[in-house]
Amino acid sequence: MREIVVFSLLNGAVYGLLLFMLSSGLTLIFSMMGVLNFAHASVFMLGAYLSWQISRWIGFWPALVVAPLLCGLVGAAIERYGLARVHRLGHVAEILFTFGLAYVIGELVIMAWGRNPIENRVPASIDFAAFRIYGTSYPFYKVLMTMISVGMFAFLWLAFKRTRVGLVIQAALTHPRMVSALGHDVPRLFVLVFAIGSALAGLAGVIGGFALLTEPNMAAALGPIVFVVIVVGGLGSIPGAFIASMLIGVVQTFAVAVDYSLADFLRALGMGLPPGSALREMLAIKLSQAAPLIPYLLLVLMLIVRPRGLMGTRDT
Amino acid sequence: MTKGATRPAWWVGAAALLAVLPWVPGLQSDFGRSLLSQMGIAAVFALSYNLLLGQTGLLSFGHAVYFGLGGYAAIHLLRAVNGGWPIPVPLVPLAGAAAGLGFGIVFGALTTRRGGTIFALITLGVGELVRAASLMLPSFFGGEEGVTASRTEAPRWLGLDFGSQLQVYYLIAAWLFVAAILIHAFMRTPVGRLCNAVRDNPERVEFVGYDPRRVRFIAFSVAAAFAGLAGGLHAINYEIVTGEAVGATRSGAVLLMVYIGGVHHFVGAVLGAAAITWLQVSLSDYTSAWLLYLGLIFMGMVAFVPGGLAGLAMIHLSALRTRAVAAIARSYLLALPFALATLAGAATLIEIAYRRSTQPEAGALMTLFWIPMDTAKPWPWIGAAGVLALGAAALARIRPRVAAAWERAAEEIHAHA
Amino acid sequence: MRELFHRIAKYGLALAAVLAALPAAADTLKIGYIDPLSGGAASAGVNAQKHMIFFIDRINAAGGLNGQKLELLSYDNKVNPQESLIMLKKAIDEGARIVMQGNGSAVALALTDAVLKHNERNPGKEVLFFNYAAIDPALTNEKCNFWHFRFDADVDMKMAAFGDVIAADKDIHKVYLINQDYSFGKAVAAAAHRILAAKRPDVQIVGDELHPLQKIQDFSPYVAKIKASGADTVITGNWSNDMLLLFKAGKDAGLKVNWFTYYGGGLGSVPAIGHDGVGYLKQVTEHHKNVLPYLLPEEVAFHKRFTDKSDEMYYWRIRNMFAMLEAAAKKAKSNDPVKLAHALEGLKLDTPLGPMEMRADNHQLLQPLFVSTLSDKVKYDVEHSGLGFKTDKKISAADTAMPTTCKMTRP
Repeated sequence: MREIVVFSLLNGAVYGLLLFMLSSGLTLIFSMMGVLNFAHASVFMLGAYLSWQISRWIGFWPALVVAPLLCGLVGAAIERYGLARVHRLGHVAEILFTFGLAYVIGELVIMAWGRNPIENRVPASIDFAAFRIYGTSYPFYKVLMTMISVGMFAFLWLAFKRTRVGLVIQAALTHPRMVSALGHDVPRLFVLVFAIGSALAGLAGVIGGFALLTEPNMAAALGPIVFVVIVVGGLGSIPGAFIASMLIGVVQTFAVAVDYSLADFLRALGMGLPPGSALREMLAIKLSQAAPLIPYLLLVLMLIVRPRGLMGTRDT
Repeated sequence: MTKGATRPAWWVGAAALLAVLPWVPGLQSDFGRSLLSQMGIAAVFALSYNLLLGQTGLLSFGHAVYFGLGGYAAIHLLRAVNGGWPIPVPLVPLAGAAAGLGFGIVFGALTTRRGGTIFALITLGVGELVRAASLMLPSFFGGEEGVTASRTEAPRWLGLDFGSQLQVYYLIAAWLFVAAILIHAFMRTPVGRLCNAVRDNPERVEFVGYDPRRVRFIAFSVAAAFAGLAGGLHAINYEIVTGEAVGATRSGAVLLMVYIGGVHHFVGAVLGAAAITWLQVSLSDYTSAWLLYLGLIFMGMVAFVPGGLAGLAMIHLSALRTRAVAAIARSYLLALPFALATLAGAATLIEIAYRRSTQPEAGALMTLFWIPMDTAKPWPWIGAAGVLALGAAALARIRPRVAAAWERAAEEIHAHA
Repeated sequence: MRELFHRIAKYGLALAAVLAALPAAADTLKIGYIDPLSGGAASAGVNAQKHMIFFIDRINAAGGLNGQKLELLSYDNKVNPQESLIMLKKAIDEGARIVMQGNGSAVALALTDAVLKHNERNPGKEVLFFNYAAIDPALTNEKCNFWHFRFDADVDMKMAAFGDVIAADKDIHKVYLINQDYSFGKAVAAAAHRILAAKRPDVQIVGDELHPLQKIQDFSPYVAKIKASGADTVITGNWSNDMLLLFKAGKDAGLKVNWFTYYGGGLGSVPAIGHDGVGYLKQVTEHHKNVLPYLLPEEVAFHKRFTDKSDEMYYWRIRNMFAMLEAAAKKAKSNDPVKLAHALEGLKLDTPLGPMEMRADNHQLLQPLFVSTLSDKVKYDVEHSGLGFKTDKKISAADTAMPTTCKMTRP
């Protein structure tokens, strides 16, 4: 019992950190510009592929730096040459533009690397067990993922609270028009923010690439969950995104470990099951089977009950 | 804005067109009629989405939920009919519409309290929720295998057994016609007009005394009903409904259809549905890069042609009446070869890249635009890139001409308006 | 203005349709191959496609069937039953008389139903359905029909093969079942329960897990559960990504259990588990590279033609399928689908691995089965990994037969 709790906590925390790495960049972009960037998970995927390719040429550690930089450049280009034209057409147009962009990036990835998953193995330099608990070893790359994720959080927090640019961006999170009126070059800020957000996604992709499976479907698999994180965490809040990622990661992982259903619960209370096969079926669903549902349930509930999220500072 | 009058003449024309289509040479095969049936179903679905997005301004990423749930309801009814219920097949889609309406009301009550981005996110969440749930309730959703039924094991209706694709097409076309009339009529009711108002300025609607939330709720429910109707037709056409009927891909597809067709025009939905369905089914035969082309076209439309195909057609039709039309035509003619060259160059590069990365076993030799090429050598790449660059450069030179011609046309239109 | 619109729409559609309608091809026997050629399971579909191309070319080089050459038409269904039905229509319309599919029992169930309906509604235009890998037992039992032929041993047949091996292994005490949540996965779990109850009632089943199909990216929570249960053996029907991600998570966590798998030797899986699988990873297949001390001529020719390391000959049964087709065409002296189907029923053929027979009662092919274990001391390895399979037990074709509830109507 204790084993399961410990492992679920560990696995959940690691999964949550991966989600945070992925969503931190999107929080930035969404909070700052109100753009629901559907292409964010695609940039993550791009980061995974690029890091694999670059590792083959110059090794893993340089790739850890170069791939995110490239993704940042891609993000800057997207904003500068693409989205900038679309801002004046409204939020719906922005969303749709990034929606199409997600398809396009996905296809470009297929064009370059094919439709099959690529063999993105854990680089030899970090392929060892970090420690063992209860007879199960824990791979070092997960520890690395933790370190990078926490590092990202620290970087973002410091950058916001301590630098001037960060302060301006923070102001723009809550009062974008005022910031513009005060004379700051908001379009340039947008490019910077998009670039940083994309670079963060790329960095998440480097690690995510070998933690998960690197294939063209990566973006579609993780994309929706990332939206859940930023909405549940709250617009404009990095700490909120962190908490939401950890919450979703841990809860979902714990749920997989629970093989009980509502029917079991009712039986434990001594109550019989109501007749009717559909209802019976619903009650017989084990929590472990329902685990993939949990983030979306959370999303819908949060949007209905508290649209600004757990720690949001703004209401879109 | 809904353009076009309610002249009965053009409704009659539309009906005649629908009646004649399956006999057009090239569409007479079983597959051709099947394609038309798919377009019909997509058109009903797109019309319902147009009501939501185009008329009421509600961007939904989960509209397929109502399509799919309607489909499931219809296929379960069809199974019951197979088991002996005396309901004729043409009435089965009504079950889909009813289910769509029911679920629309239930989910709509929760989700239409806000508009804009929040609404979009909620629909995304609900869509994923229903998709995930579809795998957990096999008695309704049938698991991965879905639910099947037979449209021929049913009481005959006017002597028809609906076994042939032709009969199914006419059923779909009839329902499409009915749905189009009903939606068109709905937009002319006071509630329909309010939908437009809520899309344009919800704050003002509130000031005038109406509740935008209630209007959104009504629009949502009606749109869901028609989506369910489309789902019912889908169930009859395929005789199977599976989980992907409620999935994100289908929701995304209808968004693409309506937007590319022209989100502000009623006919745009039908145009977009036909175009995207054809692309999905047939273009994939010619190129494995079709999704890339679709994505690029979509992005281009969003950024440069927000009115979609219908909007584009409207603009050109109104320009036809001006004197500047000759200048426009000349500039187009001048640009045409370079535009084709640019497209050909880009397409060649894309096709070669796809061949190398996704079909290496098909070999390096390809024939594109009637030119055989060996993709293992560098010259096709260089050649295509060169053509692309030259074409783009020429277009850049010609662009001011086109813009000037259009400016003159715009002036004239405004002068007459 | 509206009239103009409608005219444009009508001509546009007509043009589109003309473009869409392919020209009538030369007189070949067209085979429609409907499987995933993109998406998560594409590696399996593309690999099988290479087998199709290879064996069709061989038959054509020898003169074709009854003088008629074969032509392969490929359709991507993305493992989606809906998409598969659209592709079926397309295939039939483009002239296919035999459709072949294998990846995903959900798809196979939809296809067999659709083929039956089509054949009932279009006498004279019948189509056959050759299933090379969808092994839900229902397809040759309650859902059987005259037009469907299966060329792979079904879930129950394969589990029975495992049953004998498990019965003999006294070190197995606790078994964990993990499968994909759909008809096939559930069939594997049900078969495991039945066989274990029959052959080793002393073995305890400590887990019976069903997870969503092709959706899980990170299997570490499941691996944690397996460890916590104290299982020494895992039985799983997982395939494609679900198999190799499970292996990956198991390797990360240092999981050491016996793996009884259906598809543990599939593309990417052996490299995923690596040396951790030696002695532990078992599979039940109709062939593996070391089943004979030498490579068969088909294998040699296949590797010569397809040289990528992912191009392993995974589907010996496709070779069997085309061999049966050839023999049936010879027996029937015709390529008409109805005659071919009648000729296939009860057809017996010899293969380098033993005799095989197509059952007349439920259209299930009986072929020799091999239970094998991963080893690092074999002559031929898979995917350049240095590891390959070694036979533990061979079950002859006749011994693999299972009772059937199939009742089909024959034309």
